[in-house]
Formats: sequence, C-alpha cells, structure tokens
Amino acid sequence: MATSQELSVPEKKELAGSEKTVPGRYYIPSTDVYETDDGLTLVMEMPGVDKGSVDISLENDVLRVDGRIDFDRYRDVEPVYTEYNVGHFTRSFSLSDRVDRDAIAAKLDDGVLTLTLPKSAAARPRRIAIS
Amino acid sequence: MAQLPIPFDTLLSLQQALDSYRTSAWLDAGLSGGGAYPPINVFRKGDDFTLVAEIPGVKKSDVDIQVKGRTVRISGSKGLDQPEEASLHRRERAAGRFDRAVSLPFEINAEGVQAQYADGVLLLHLPRAEQDKPRSITIQ
Repeated sequence: MATSQELSVPEKKELAGSEKTVPGRYYIPSTDVYETDDGLTLVMEMPGVDKGSVDISLENDVLRVDGRIDFDRYRDVEPVYTEYNVGHFTRSFSLSDRVDRDAIAAKLDDGVLTLTLPKSAAARPRRIAIS
Repeated sequence: MAQLPIPFDTLLSLQQALDSYRTSAWLDAGLSGGGAYPPINVFRKGDDFTLVAEIPGVKKSDVDIQVKGRTVRISGSKGLDQPEEASLHRRERAAGRFDRAVSLPFEINAEGVQAQYADGVLLLHLPRAEQDKPRSITIQ
C-alpha cells in the first residue's frame, strides 16, 4: 500500500487471574519481539511509567516486567470524558537457556521499554568456511 | 513491509469510523480528520480542563498540537524503530500516522494552553476562555 495506515486505538488487555494486594488495575503491555543475530529484543509499551517505576526481575527462567503508574495526577481532578482506563502494567516471559542472563540490558524512552537479551556465545550463528 | 489484509480489520476499522461520527458535543469531527487514535481522557478542575492522551513511543518532535476555538488537534507519527535485518516473532504494537481533532464543549483560551509530554503521556492544560466563563448577575 502506498499510503501509511491510520492508527487504530489498541484495547488495553486486563490481567485476569491472581489478585494483587496493591490496589489498581493491571494491564498487559503490548510487546513486539524480534530477533537479530546478536540476540532477542523485546519492546513493551507502558505509557506513563518512568524509570523509577519499572521492576525487571529474572527468576527461575522467567523474566518479569512490572511497571507502576503514578495516580497522583488524577487525585484532585474530576473526569468529564474518558476513553481509556489507567493502570499498572505487568507481563512475564519464560526465557530459554540460549539467552546470556548477565548481559540483559534495558532502556526506557517515552513510555517504551526496550529489553535486549543477547544470545549466549554458544547460541550465536557460526559461519563455517570451506577449507 | 506489506501487510496481508485480514478480513476482520476492514470491518473493525469501518465500525470505528462509524462510531467516531456519533453525535455528541465531544466527538464532532473537526476541520481535519476525525480519527480514533490517540485515546484521550479529559479532566476538569474548576474552570480549567486537562486533556491526557497516551502516545507511547512517539518522540516529542513528532507530535503536533493545534488549538483553535473549541477544537484541539493532535497529529503526528509513531514509528517502530525496528532494524531491517531483524526477524519478527511477535508484533502487538502499531505504527503509522495519527491525526485527531476533538471538539470540546467550551471555548479554549489559546494563549494559556500548556503542553507537557513525558513517558509517552501528553498532558494539555486547557484554560477556559474568559468570554466563555459564565458571569454571575446580581439582582438589584
């Protein structure tokens, strides 16, 4: 298509299942996963989350990302028109052993968290030359 | 990268386009483009209104805000920044242009509008125009 597509409004997916003790809704952030020769990259959209409000933890082969929203800005104001809901974000991924756990890097810009999971040395593609 | 057309996408976007033309003081299509993205919330504190829009991944320089009379127009483009040689495993985020004009039920004081953008959230402080504020009339 020659023309670029008009963006449509993504529906926020709410997390169903176990209840949290901290009040607030939990949503699943939209994530793009792509792979290059160097490793895997996860790009997660968490609008309203700043660097200090993200928790990334790796435990038992499960990578878990939690992003918390600051509800203070909504405290003294009265909603007159709403189209979307606001809540925290959480998502977990299970990692394979081909990921180099110690070299996982994270970057947060404009509400988008980019996680780089480099492949362990053994898992990188190898070029084999014919002698 | 061309995308294969999915039959439901056409139906859903038709539905969204029809929904966005529903008559309501809030949803009159502005001078240029109704559009559905970005989703907005409007809050009120006294006589001032705050419009909040979520545009994660959009750079500050890629967003354009225009205010005139009762209409606010937010337009820009959202990119994905994916390197060419990557192989995609999952795509849940969207990219493209957005252009949304929203009609508000009050006159905006264009001089006093302040815009803040942080962490993918756009905040617009919209003070009500002086001539639009109701005046109390004392009975003699």
